[in-house]
Amino acid sequence: MEDLRSNILAYIDKHETCSSTELCKEMNVEHQKIVGALNSILAFGEIISAQPEVTSRLELTDEGRQVADHGSHEAVLFASVPAGDGAPQSELMKSVPNAKIGFSKALANRWIRLDKSAQGGPRVYRQVESVSDRIRHCLQMVAALSLDSLTAEERAELKKRKLVQEGRVTVYRVAKGPAFTLTLAKEETELTAEMLATGVWQTLTFKAYNFKALGQQPDCGHLHPLLKVRAEFRQIFLEMGFQEMPTNRYVESSFWNFDALFQPQQHPARDAHDTFFLTEPAACRLDAEQADGYLARVKAVHSNGGYGSIGYNYDWKESEAQKNILRTHTTAVSARMLYQLAQQPQFQPTKYFSIDRVFRNESLDATHLAEFHQIEGLVADYNLNLCHLMGIIREFFHKLGIRRLRFKPAYNPYTEPSMEIFSYHEGLGKWVEIGNSGVFRPEMLLPMGLPESVSVIAWGLSLERPTMIKYGINNIRDLIGPKVDLKMVSVGPICRLDK
Amino acid sequence: MPVVQIEKAALCQCLNRKDFTDDEVDELCFEFGLELDEVTSEREMLAKEQGDAKAAQMGDQLSDAVIYKIEVPANRYDLLCVEGLSRALMVFQSLAQPPLYKAVQPAAGMKQMRVAPSTAQIRPYVVCAMLRNLSFTPASYKSFIDLQDKLHQTICRQRSLVAIGTHDFDTLTGPFLYEALPPSDIVFKPLNQTKEFSAVELMQLYSGESHLKAYLPIIRDSPVYPVIKDANGVVLSMPPIINGDHSKITLNTKNVFIEATATDAHKASVVLDTLVCAFSQYCSEQFTVEAVQVNYPDGRASIYPSLAYRQVDIQVDYLRKGVGRSDSQLTIDEICNRLTRMCLVAKATSDATVSVTVPPTRHDVLHPCDVLEDLAIAIGYNNLEMSLPPTLCTGKQQPLNSLTDKLRLEVAFAGFTECLTFALCSEKDISERLRLPLDSLPAVRIANPKTLEFQVARTSLLPGILKTVHSNRSLPLPLKLFEIQDVVYKSTDSSGSAVNSRQLAAVYYGKSSGFELIHGLMDRIMQVLGVPVDQYKLSATEVATYFTGRCANVLYKGSSVGTIGVLHPETLAQFDLTLPASAFVFDVEKFL
Repeated sequence: MEDLRSNILAYIDKHETCSSTELCKEMNVEHQKIVGALNSILAFGEIISAQPEVTSRLELTDEGRQVADHGSHEAVLFASVPAGDGAPQSELMKSVPNAKIGFSKALANRWIRLDKSAQGGPRVYRQVESVSDRIRHCLQMVAALSLDSLTAEERAELKKRKLVQEGRVTVYRVAKGPAFTLTLAKEETELTAEMLATGVWQTLTFKAYNFKALGQQPDCGHLHPLLKVRAEFRQIFLEMGFQEMPTNRYVESSFWNFDALFQPQQHPARDAHDTFFLTEPAACRLDAEQADGYLARVKAVHSNGGYGSIGYNYDWKESEAQKNILRTHTTAVSARMLYQLAQQPQFQPTKYFSIDRVFRNESLDATHLAEFHQIEGLVADYNLNLCHLMGIIREFFHKLGIRRLRFKPAYNPYTEPSMEIFSYHEGLGKWVEIGNSGVFRPEMLLPMGLPESVSVIAWGLSLERPTMIKYGINNIRDLIGPKVDLKMVSVGPICRLDK
Repeated sequence: MPVVQIEKAALCQCLNRKDFTDDEVDELCFEFGLELDEVTSEREMLAKEQGDAKAAQMGDQLSDAVIYKIEVPANRYDLLCVEGLSRALMVFQSLAQPPLYKAVQPAAGMKQMRVAPSTAQIRPYVVCAMLRNLSFTPASYKSFIDLQDKLHQTICRQRSLVAIGTHDFDTLTGPFLYEALPPSDIVFKPLNQTKEFSAVELMQLYSGESHLKAYLPIIRDSPVYPVIKDANGVVLSMPPIINGDHSKITLNTKNVFIEATATDAHKASVVLDTLVCAFSQYCSEQFTVEAVQVNYPDGRASIYPSLAYRQVDIQVDYLRKGVGRSDSQLTIDEICNRLTRMCLVAKATSDATVSVTVPPTRHDVLHPCDVLEDLAIAIGYNNLEMSLPPTLCTGKQQPLNSLTDKLRLEVAFAGFTECLTFALCSEKDISERLRLPLDSLPAVRIANPKTLEFQVARTSLLPGILKTVHSNRSLPLPLKLFEIQDVVYKSTDSSGSAVNSRQLAAVYYGKSSGFELIHGLMDRIMQVLGVPVDQYKLSATEVATYFTGRCANVLYKGSSVGTIGVLHPETLAQFDLTLPASAFVFDVEKFL
């Protein structure tokens, strides 16, 4: 390499300017090597200049390279035929590489002849004493980029035999640079402790850095994107003064998941094809709920109404309420918390939130799994109304960077009034649903023992949907579960929801 | 949510708006709490279902008229048909007054339906009504059938609670009898069949029919099946399966006799009200229905349809506060006007109260809060003035979640990457694949899993992490993974409940077992948890998941909080892993 570099510099010194192909011919090395040497000289600074010129050139195919190295198929075959006695055709076909092409070409060139009636099967004899391998010679010229000496027929033949193809070659026009020199100083790559100690760094030349290359990745762990988004939502709730609810309870009774929320026992959501029921433990005891008459009040409001409601007018069964399920929403925990709140001697206005898993026995697709995370916020205070609900939802979504909101009347069994939350999606150019909300029904709150003038406003959304949008994930299985690509986990940016 | 199809032309006509654009319809639906799901046509719908070629081939048989598919709220049975939906929108747009529905008893006496005691064994209730001098068009006839179908799918819970039968009254002779008979004693020609079948044969015949076989289990195993007959013994229907062919309604039917049998009397009455309210508009005397008397074995007589109008007195203050408007911003007159647009006719009874009349179409109104919602809809949700709740509170985290988040950071700082796997898994995942006997595990089992992946709630985080290792085994080694999540255990007491347990699990997977690294992570966690060295140690034990002699209990203050070790080669094989791995699992809640 160093020899080549000095040779090149000497040549440039003599000729002032030249092309890389010219150097190639002159030094008798492959073009690629010349380019390498030029780059290496360029790394020293402005010793030379090299202007790239892209041209279309013939280049060797893989087969062409093989022929250039080892000879054409016909020449190889010819060499394999012993002078005089020749050899059986079948043997040649087996032992010589590319024998079929080589055989037909050699035959056409009249280098060999075939005696079909020879004893022991067709036999091949040399027809000339020696051959000159013109094909190989031509390919060597192509490799050296000296194409001038090729005739048009030769080019055509090489192409036809797929030994060469048209390729793009970058040829450099090389000239002396402002700092031209014939001797290249040895360059240091690293600044070492020793250099600092001896002070030798002051006299050394350092190799230029390639700032285009990537650095080495630090060896570190990573947090899961969905849980990074969860942390952001928790932060928002905490900033807004909400208190986190204890939602670490996946198994819930139908009572707290449905009945306490005034969801009738014949409601379709309570069907086996929407909800996971359990065989173990199949049902729970509702002793505590029974003890203070709460269970009886829930039964009454479902069957006959009360608290200003006419109720659902059906035969409410405790056995149905005892059935254990995997909770279908975290609102089951909200109900427990509100019930506890009602048990305090004096009602305290409260803001609660939770983000945790819920389970639905639904059909699975690219955006639905049997388990997902529900984000829920609620405020319990005297005289809260729809305006407060919309106001706090606006505040919450502003913190997420979502500004254009509108509200659509909706139906939820346990809230009235109910509102679906829509936001304008700039990318899709339309309004999309981003959450659900409402004011909890009096039939839910009053049997718990909350004062009549207390309202509870609440809203909810899924954690997965905003995360998928944030991280550009289309299939939920690429986000959650064992099939997740950990590379996705490691390259994900930090989560800033308002960015 | 149920979807109703309505032709654009029909909607435009009833809303008196020739130039309605799709966007305006969308906007109107949004404001009213409906969702314009799709704008399509008969041809487009067929093309979507059976391909463009088929739709083109049908040529003129298909209409290109624009059809709106509109989603209606699940509790608004009155909006389940074009008739109800368009009327509600007309009233909402102040283009019509809410109709007054009437049940009249004919001078010549009501038609009678006698209920036999035998029905108590299977389906004890029946309600009836008669629509007189009705003229069907092909469109309204189709809508009549569709509404019955939609009611069957929703409030009737697949006909289990209520089943509707409609009949051409002029082919029948009253009085009627509702009884329950042994299946072999019921013989009749069912709808669209050419010969008679016994009920036994019918159950056989319909077991292969996709649209009927779902209803068979409702009565199949009962010793008696319900049947309704007329005075001459003609079978009207064998609810909830099929009607008789004799009394079937056609486009030319003038007098429609409706019966609905049920296991829930209230729902039957709601269904009957809904059906007659929507279709009495086609009777010569609009919105008027002929009542029918049902005589129960105990001598009780009930008259249907009930078409009851209920008065609710509501404090004006409650309504104003609910939408955040003062006396001057929302007068009593305006309240009444707006409620009337929601078919809730209201009038002021004093300065402080309004009396709201809930019509028989609005069985969804249970409480004044339902009236409040309708008032807010009539004002327009998006016209309300938003304000923040005055509630002042201090934010507070659950200590367990706060600790979890801090630990997640520490473990990630230590070079481990977080997984997030499912809380549900197969029995095999937590038992056989971890080399543990299933009956030794306090696993919560799911009764109705759709696939093997949802048989139990996980009792360990390891299977999820090891599956994640498997899916990522082509990444550069070693893989260092962790997860802090809940597992679920069945309670040991008699409460019949279950508890979550917050666990931290970590796995090292590489060319060597890397036990010292997993051990080092455990040491580090104890360090950041501030556990003094003398309160934490490992003590050798044997757990089948781990390799013999390479497993220890993690002891904290003398009691076990988890296990650590080199995973057993057969555990690895269970997860198709070919390289060694070490792991630990421990209970985070012990460190709260």
